[in-house]
Amino acid sequence: MSGSNPLKKTPQKATGLHVGTAAPGVKKVDPILVADHVSRKFGGLVAVDVEHVEIPRGAITALIGPNGAGKTTLFNLLTGFDKPDTGSWSFSGKDLAGVPAHKVAKMGQVRTFQLTKALGLLTVLENMKLGAKNQTGESLFQSIFPFLWKKQEAEIEERALEILERFKLIKLKDDFAASLSGGQRKLLEMARALMSDPTLVMLDEPMAGVNPALTESLLEHILDLKTQGMTVLFVEHDMHMVRHIADWVIVMAEGRIIAEGPPDEVMKDEAVVDAYLGSHQDVDLGVVTGRITPPKDEK
Amino acid sequence: MADEKNVVVNVDNLVAGYLPGVNILNGCNLIARKGELIGIIGPNGAGKSTLLKAIFGQSKVREGSVYLNGEDITGLKADKLVERGVGYVPQNNNVFPSLTIEENLQMGVYQKPDRYDEGLELVTSLFAELGARLKQRAGSLSGGERQMVAMGRALMMSPSVLLLDEPSAGLSPVRQDEAFLRVSDINKAGVTTIMVEQNARRCLQICDRGYVLDQGKDAVTGSGRDLLNDPKVIELYLGSLGA
Repeated sequence: MSGSNPLKKTPQKATGLHVGTAAPGVKKVDPILVADHVSRKFGGLVAVDVEHVEIPRGAITALIGPNGAGKTTLFNLLTGFDKPDTGSWSFSGKDLAGVPAHKVAKMGQVRTFQLTKALGLLTVLENMKLGAKNQTGESLFQSIFPFLWKKQEAEIEERALEILERFKLIKLKDDFAASLSGGQRKLLEMARALMSDPTLVMLDEPMAGVNPALTESLLEHILDLKTQGMTVLFVEHDMHMVRHIADWVIVMAEGRIIAEGPPDEVMKDEAVVDAYLGSHQDVDLGVVTGRITPPKDEK
Repeated sequence: MADEKNVVVNVDNLVAGYLPGVNILNGCNLIARKGELIGIIGPNGAGKSTLLKAIFGQSKVREGSVYLNGEDITGLKADKLVERGVGYVPQNNNVFPSLTIEENLQMGVYQKPDRYDEGLELVTSLFAELGARLKQRAGSLSGGERQMVAMGRALMMSPSVLLLDEPSAGLSPVRQDEAFLRVSDINKAGVTTIMVEQNARRCLQICDRGYVLDQGKDAVTGSGRDLLNDPKVIELYLGSLGA
């Protein structure tokens, strides 16, 4: 490893999440999401074939694996954006099989996408307000009487502004979402997800395409969600991020879960190193290629 | 500048873009000496890919010049550049999926078919696994393997400089590392290489010199090692997370 982690504070990791030895499908002390025999085929390709998995409540779980391992497909299945061929899963004890995506979101399980889906021709603030649930004005009848929803609308706006402030997007509140940079859109999407008061936040590659200067504030926000009592499940290729913020890591390959455990242990797992990380993970490639000789303290 | 003897590529004050009136490169300079491995990093939209494309005649050069071994090659067409010894591997769609590996490699020397054997020897010495699978269709290969075929094709003409646009893009960590090691091997075989990369840290670890592009200009340059430890580069382009 070349150098220690330069971030000032290492976040407090949640421990004691599982029961027994860490292995694929291990039971959790307090699972928020439980899936059984979930499978999905695309033609002849088995994209997802998960026998059993539990996501621990109140912790940050990372889902990692090689390209085409089925991570995003599993996300889509668990959030009702796609239908599995077999299987059942429950969220906070409530059966979710067959529940459409918008109802899943209302139950407190929200997600973001790898490619952001902000509504470009609405302003940042309008995007935020859309994220709030149970809006009185959504009913056709009530919508014609402003006094029925004015007060709620004001409350929602206040909340939206508060979250925008926290995500440092407040200056952009009247800009069209289409004018934001890729990184800012990622922030907006995450901020909007929070408008629905979720209990489980699922993030699909939150760091992909985000400028390193912005990644740290994104990380802070994700850690913040945990502090506020939410559960986070995220897909990510950036192993530094996974190591830094995840309490638990689930590794998929070829549709199956091949390993689970705390980040440091999982990343030493032979199957994970073979399938995904490679043996040079912690090594400076300058050393591997013989371009530099390793200083003694780095060996 | 261009008179320095071992300079292979000299990009002098280049202004280039795609749309009329919109310049992506705003006076960009770069020098690659014989045998060097050059890394180009920078934020999204800084003009990294455009710089490679400008060298390879794929984007409109409005001002400035590109010299190859002292000769002005500014704005030449791709086929002429290949003949003169510039190899280019684009980021996407860089193989012919319906052709076999062998046919893909043949495409690399279609101007000089008699150089096939010589080129194949170089390519298979670097990528032994390609030699064993010459009859396989490129479309059936994984991302990392395709990248190998694409680099192999560009090497068939034994170019004096190889331009690589994000060889690690879209690959998982283990495949990314493999891609970087391959690039290093190619360079060690004596090929001057210019590589654009998103994975700045890995790129700087293996390259001799790096250029940080920002808003179409070469903002910072130095040895890969120096850039890796440069606080400004860390803050802006590497992030302080992770080693």
